[in-house]
Amino acid sequence: MAAEGSSSIDALGQFQLHTALGPIGASVNFTQANLMMVVSGLGILALLWFGMKPRAMVPGRLQAAAELSYDTMLSMCLEQIGPEGRKFFPFVFTLFFFILFGNLLGVFPYFFTFTSHIAVTLALALLVFVLVTTVAIREHGWHFFSYFVPQGIPVVLAPLLVVIEVISYLSRVISLSVRLFANMMAGHVMLEVFGAFIIMLGGLGALGYAPAGLSLALNTILIGFELLVAVLQAYVFAVLTCIYLHDAVHLH
Amino acid sequence: MDLASAKMVGAGLAVIALAGVGVGIGNIFAALVNSVARNPAARDRVFGLAILGFALTEAVALYALVIAFIILFV
Repeated sequence: MAAEGSSSIDALGQFQLHTALGPIGASVNFTQANLMMVVSGLGILALLWFGMKPRAMVPGRLQAAAELSYDTMLSMCLEQIGPEGRKFFPFVFTLFFFILFGNLLGVFPYFFTFTSHIAVTLALALLVFVLVTTVAIREHGWHFFSYFVPQGIPVVLAPLLVVIEVISYLSRVISLSVRLFANMMAGHVMLEVFGAFIIMLGGLGALGYAPAGLSLALNTILIGFELLVAVLQAYVFAVLTCIYLHDAVHLH
Repeated sequence: MDLASAKMVGAGLAVIALAGVGVGIGNIFAALVNSVARNPAARDRVFGLAILGFALTEAVALYALVIAFIILFV
């Protein structure tokens, strides 16, 4: 970690884990990332519980949010996976909201983005990968392995293409996890770097005030961009899960 | 060249990949404008696809950025 000298920026320090909830948390290694996971889980439950409580004919804002999210995810599942999508809807819905709340909580000051840790995103990606492979094998049995042989290829090319297909199938885990992790980490490092610029330039005296204001403005825009990225990456994760599930159910 | 300056140069080299990503994102939105101009009714459907493509391409930029950050800060 680059902490030596006042001129270097400690951009990765924000991702360090600390134990939360005092001595009880410390004794079971309950970190602030775990705390944020609990908070996001409770947030999802609160949105759906309090959103659907009135059951009004003309929905209020909270109810509209709950209904809209349900509708959007259901239509996405049915569109991407097909009629079988209804079976996988609860999984995709949970996955989407867990990631979405994790990403969005990270934008608040003093909060922590648990999706900015590769361990968390890799676990989520492995969950998807294992589910997809299990579904494919359960649906198709041994026939599943024909997925790795593209249709209508010359026999000479088959050994090469099978290897490529297998590698691309396995690399889904990496691309799925690193995409989310890199997006969240890069965004927060960028915020930190520009935040440090404000302090450094402000310390220069009258000459630095204009550039410091500029980087403050840029940071404000970046937070808006982070909101977009947070929603987009959760959506991309869910869509790719649906696409993989489609492949698993239909093969090709 | 000492290690610190080599790190700076390496981080600079790592983000050259952003040139390719710039071309890619430009391509995606050029295609989006094209298709919406040809068939404005398809806008909603095509826009979702474009955003998906944008997110996938942008991820490549972030891989390069993460490598640069790792070189600089770790």
